[in-house]
Amino acid sequence: MIDTSAFTTNWPVALPGLVVAAVAMLVMSVDAVMRGRERDGLAVVSILGLGGAGAVAAWLWVAAGDPAGFHDTLRGDRYALFFAALLCVGSLLTVLMSIDYLREQPLPAGEYHALVLLSTSGMIFLAAANDLIVLFLALEIMSVAVYVLSGLLRREVRSTEAALKYFLLGAFASGFLLYGIAFFYGAAASTRLDLIAASVARDGLRPFVLLGMALVLVGFCFKVALIPFHVWTPDVYEGAPTAVTAFMAVGVKAAAFAAFARVFMAALGTVAPSWTGLLWVLAALTMTVGNVTAVRQRSVKRMLAYSSIAHAGYAVLGLVAATKDGGAALLFYLAVYAFMTLGAFAVLIALGRRGEPGEDLADWAGVGFRHPVLGLSMAVFMLSLAGVPPTAGFAGKFYLFSAAIDAGYVGLAVIGVLNSLISVYYYLGVLVAMYMADGTRVVTAPSSRPYLLATILVTVVATLAIGILPAGPMQLARLSFLSLR
Amino acid sequence: MGLPLLTLIVFSPLVGAVLLALLPREPASGVRRAALVFALVPVVLSGWMLARFKAGVADFQLVERAAWIPQWGIEYRLGVDGVSLFLVLLTTVLTPIVVLASWGDIQRRVKEFFAFLLVLETGMLGTLVATDLFLFYVFWELMLVPMYFLIGVWGGPRRIYAALKFVLFTMVGSLLMLVAILYCAWHVKTETGTFGFAYDRFLGLHLSAREQLLLFAGFALAFAIKVPLFPFHTWLPDAHVEAPTGGSVILAGVLLKMGTYGFLRFALPLFPLAVAEAAPVIVALAVAGIVYGALVATVQPDLKKLVAYSSVSHLGFVMLGLFALTPTAVAGSVYQMLNHGLSTGGLFLLVGMIYERRHTRRIADFGGLWTSIPVFAAFFLVIMLASVGLPGLNGFVGEFLILLGAFGRWPWATACATSGVILGALYLLWMYERVIFGPLVHEENARLHDLTGRELAVLVPIVALCLLMGLYPAPFLTRMQPSIDRILARVEAPAVVARR
Repeated sequence: MIDTSAFTTNWPVALPGLVVAAVAMLVMSVDAVMRGRERDGLAVVSILGLGGAGAVAAWLWVAAGDPAGFHDTLRGDRYALFFAALLCVGSLLTVLMSIDYLREQPLPAGEYHALVLLSTSGMIFLAAANDLIVLFLALEIMSVAVYVLSGLLRREVRSTEAALKYFLLGAFASGFLLYGIAFFYGAAASTRLDLIAASVARDGLRPFVLLGMALVLVGFCFKVALIPFHVWTPDVYEGAPTAVTAFMAVGVKAAAFAAFARVFMAALGTVAPSWTGLLWVLAALTMTVGNVTAVRQRSVKRMLAYSSIAHAGYAVLGLVAATKDGGAALLFYLAVYAFMTLGAFAVLIALGRRGEPGEDLADWAGVGFRHPVLGLSMAVFMLSLAGVPPTAGFAGKFYLFSAAIDAGYVGLAVIGVLNSLISVYYYLGVLVAMYMADGTRVVTAPSSRPYLLATILVTVVATLAIGILPAGPMQLARLSFLSLR
Repeated sequence: MGLPLLTLIVFSPLVGAVLLALLPREPASGVRRAALVFALVPVVLSGWMLARFKAGVADFQLVERAAWIPQWGIEYRLGVDGVSLFLVLLTTVLTPIVVLASWGDIQRRVKEFFAFLLVLETGMLGTLVATDLFLFYVFWELMLVPMYFLIGVWGGPRRIYAALKFVLFTMVGSLLMLVAILYCAWHVKTETGTFGFAYDRFLGLHLSAREQLLLFAGFALAFAIKVPLFPFHTWLPDAHVEAPTGGSVILAGVLLKMGTYGFLRFALPLFPLAVAEAAPVIVALAVAGIVYGALVATVQPDLKKLVAYSSVSHLGFVMLGLFALTPTAVAGSVYQMLNHGLSTGGLFLLVGMIYERRHTRRIADFGGLWTSIPVFAAFFLVIMLASVGLPGLNGFVGEFLILLGAFGRWPWATACATSGVILGALYLLWMYERVIFGPLVHEENARLHDLTGRELAVLVPIVALCLLMGLYPAPFLTRMQPSIDRILARVEAPAVVARR
């Protein structure tokens, strides 16, 4: 019997992404009509749109209807909806922290918000794509918007450089991905993941599948910044406007991981032993190189860039485990990572001002006592990133390492743990600067930035709450991952 | 179940810390008084715990249980037994003493100091009463961060180096312990079908000798660094010398005991086969630490460093007693943990007091203090002699029990360790002689003022406890012994089998 549901359109599966895209159009039109005079209103519209889309995703998650849509090229399963909700929250917080930032820099608010929204819609579709062509299109929607965003500070050389670098290398990686997709099509006569899965299960690892897998892997490694495809990350993260960096570190990474995990776990899950070995090596390398390099950084922004590389390495542990708990741990970790990283970048923005980015660690001397709220929040984020209990970062690492040990990868868990130790050194370096070091310059954060402060408070509360009571979010991640097939 | 007494004890300092953080920064005296009140609440509560504790029961008492992360079988589980009972009391009693001792010492960022101190107390108390290993680990790490700040913010000139060294050393051990804990939990799953982190489920594991050895190594490294067992002790002198007095007292008084407590609570009963294998090595390191610590302490020109190295020596005794694995020796070790907390804590307090007056800790800068500050000298004498192990004071009971209990199993090691007792008398008495007796050579020492009322309030409880524990140890030992025997019963049975 033919599954008729696969041939219906089933609009709701695309709803969260469509809502975000529609709000992006709205923001762009309003901005055109207002000729760039309206700033905060656009942010409000964006926030409402993202909140609405997130709520839709949550509602669909609870309802758990038929996941297949658009001839099964799009899957609105709980896996996709988990990411949709997470990405909406991440983008919402990005917009929230950008309000004060845009006003000061000054950046064009209309373009900024529209691009963030467009990119977010691309991300949501990326997490839902069940067809490699749809996946590619979603990836490009996301990426092109982010290329522009990273170069938005047109007068700053490093921002322009970041955009160019990201674009050139990104285009290159897209090429790899597309080439890999072609091989998959050659092997399975389809680009739909479920049909590829069936073909692989039937015929095993044929050369075309193997080639396709390798090339697609390169594409994903670039997007999530795994060693050795990470070289663009520090420069791009450092050069891009800080709010955009946060958006990239959180949103782009989560969405790319969503597609990465869907392709490898759902379509290639039956031949997992063929790719887990390689990912084992990539995970170990990424964690180690990311952390070791981060130790030497004096710029907080660049340090966070290397730390984001290292965290991608931790996340891959979940993929290496290739079990249900491994996948769930990956989802949980990405959510945890989103909050603590957004928070850390928000504090970074809060300590800077136009022309004085305040990114140098030497400028942070005494900040902890001059700005108790910012200092304490940053301390929470740093400890969470380092994986110290009772923060969310610890819960996330705990879940990942447990899953790895459960799957028999004790060695990789030990490597991960030793890497956490290295990371403690440089994360504590920030605390040393904030609370213990004597500085030559007194940097004070500009006051009256209510939206930025709100972002920081939300992320601090989330980081601590998930850390102290992780059971609920873990269950959420697990149920979401179980819907992947 | 009734009143969650242990939860109240553990979290009342944390609540105090939060309230303290919300108080206005000025006046500092108000902040200090509030901190003292918050530190006294757990004392009252733990006194109540002592009253409710039934002597003669080996198992955990006042147990509390609640589901926490059900999918991993993680529970919020607390309980206190004879091993942890007095360590909890030591912690709650030392904290207000430290608050008083830091009264004048800490002038800068007063509020933050006391808030971190109270958070640290929650971490220490939680570590002692947690009976789920995940929870234990959370509290174990929770101790780290506030101590890091106490050293790093309020410490001496090389504070940042010392604080970082302290954290990194401790982290190396604790992260490997985490892997060992996860491995055990995974083993629980393969044996019973569900994950579990509870202490008693870990006790029920069937691990091979090889697994035990590796897991023991994971746990033992974490604890050995904390103790610190020679040769993992290098962070300790740095941390002590740089830490403010209050930090040193807590560090020596309670934090180091977490290592020995961890050995007794987890490493010994969970991996008996490995204990049988590793005991000679650990005993050798313990004896090396006893002698080495004593010798290095003898030649220290700095009072604080001298006391720090004496800690290495004294904790060597505790380790020797633990790995003698006889009821007498282990009881002596637990007793010695308390003694060391009191006497070394007391010595650090005294060094802090004299440092506040003279702004130096060099032994050569003192001499003849007996004439200028006799009350100080008298207290110094009692606490120093308690540390030496003079009969009638607490140190004697502990060291005697350890040596008595260990001699049967490790005659040679015990014989060597005994030299540590003699050396201990040597370096402490010699130090006392140089500081207190002799002529007043330095002008400044003649004008020192004697102990204030606040300082007396700090020292009197310590001296009283030293005397009580030295003269009448029975009520302490009767409460400890059943729990110690229960742990040893687990170590003994397979250890004997392994030896055949």
